[in-house]
Amino acid sequence: MSDVENKVKEIVIEQLDLDVEVSELNNSSSFVDDLGADSLDTVELVMALEEEFECEIPEEDAEKITTVQQAIDYVTENA
Amino acid sequence: MNKRRVVVTGMGIISPVGNTLKQAWDNIVNGNSGIAPITHFDTSDFTAKIAGEIKNFDVKDYLSPKESKKMDPFIHYAMAAGQDAMNDSGLEVTAENAERIGVYVGAGIGGILGIQNTTETWLEKGPRRISPFFIPSTIINMASGHLSIKYGLKGPNLAMVSACSSATHSIGMAYRSIVYGDADVMLCGGAEYASTPIAIGGFSQSKALSTRNEDPAGASRPWDMERDGFVLGDGAGVMVIEEYEHAVKRGARIYAELSGFGMSSDAHHMTSPSPGGEGAARCMVNAINDSGFNSDEFNYVNAHGTSTPQGDKGESDAVKVAFGDHARQMAVSSTKSMTGHLLGAAGGIEAIFSVMAINDQILPPTINLSNPDPECDLDYVPNTARDAQVDVVMSNSFGFGGTNGSLVFNHLKARS
Repeated sequence: MSDVENKVKEIVIEQLDLDVEVSELNNSSSFVDDLGADSLDTVELVMALEEEFECEIPEEDAEKITTVQQAIDYVTENA
Repeated sequence: MNKRRVVVTGMGIISPVGNTLKQAWDNIVNGNSGIAPITHFDTSDFTAKIAGEIKNFDVKDYLSPKESKKMDPFIHYAMAAGQDAMNDSGLEVTAENAERIGVYVGAGIGGILGIQNTTETWLEKGPRRISPFFIPSTIINMASGHLSIKYGLKGPNLAMVSACSSATHSIGMAYRSIVYGDADVMLCGGAEYASTPIAIGGFSQSKALSTRNEDPAGASRPWDMERDGFVLGDGAGVMVIEEYEHAVKRGARIYAELSGFGMSSDAHHMTSPSPGGEGAARCMVNAINDSGFNSDEFNYVNAHGTSTPQGDKGESDAVKVAFGDHARQMAVSSTKSMTGHLLGAAGGIEAIFSVMAINDQILPPTINLSNPDPECDLDYVPNTARDAQVDVVMSNSFGFGGTNGSLVFNHLKARS
């Protein structure tokens, strides 16, 4: 697991208060459909990613980050 | 048509004198103060350095981390007291009764901690770092909102906001909702967490707070010559009230009847009471009339009694106007001498103490009353609780803006 993947998963687990280990979190999991997030949770999750990776995620991009893998990909490409 | 009767069947409290009904009431009866130096922030530059903070409270006992991080502490306290009140009542929420159960839990200030912290975030990091949970974690009616969501309570849902009378007005309006027929059961009261730098600073600048910092337990001293302002307290007081037949039918334990509610405005000044307590007196008279009891049937008034020079005198005068000669035949005490002033939660915990006074037939004391103000000459139950016949009780709350509320509770047997 890359450092970015590991860190993204840590943030997802912390922000969504999930009771799983980093190694157990599926990359294909959807924040809303699989991990119990609501629309406000996803806004805060994106903010946490911005903070950690010191980047700014425009709203139109943020809307497309709906799974763990999409978050990893976005941060890898843009941060 | 006879007025629908309302009874108290559950109570929950988070307070400076304890986080369970038993512990809080034991401390009140034993005259123990919950006031201590402020620990939440550095008070070096503040004139008031003491408060009634909540001690030994772990929000995890009541809420998951995911839930609690979306709520300011005043909502944590409301959720905890609300949950304890629901458990205490034994009420089961079902598909059949859910629409007949509502929530009115108010606050005076609400999420001032979140407002302060978010303002700092905005100034330091800009608007994009403001949490999406900022608004829903700080607005006052979210205490009622979260309680309705948690328990699936689908009836009326409001939060009265009337400064230091918020909880009393919330309970009073909840009672009205049952009497009127909008609901059969209401979860009601108030919650507050205002021991924050800007709230303590704001009240200090308005000269409302005691600066007796070297003697925390002695700082809240209603009707004493040396009183110098109120001591701020945190917490929540929530009760389950329900229509009498509804309570009887489900075999609920009935603590007391809630039989009267009165309101009034001083129409006088932002923060000072009207001369002679005129507005407060009208409020008490309205509550007496609503209860159906005669003024001379009252045994006890749990006073607003905040320990401010003007307010205590005004309330004392108002009691004499409202109750006439009987004012000297009954007891008037301030449990704020032990809890401090919980602002929008004050009426909640004091309604609970009023009910417990009836339940246990004990008058709670006014502590720190060592040198009574000669202009305040009622029986304030000085320093020590007293066994007494306590059948009909009034609980008073008065708020900034000149808004007043009074509740009347009685022993079921007092209504013959």
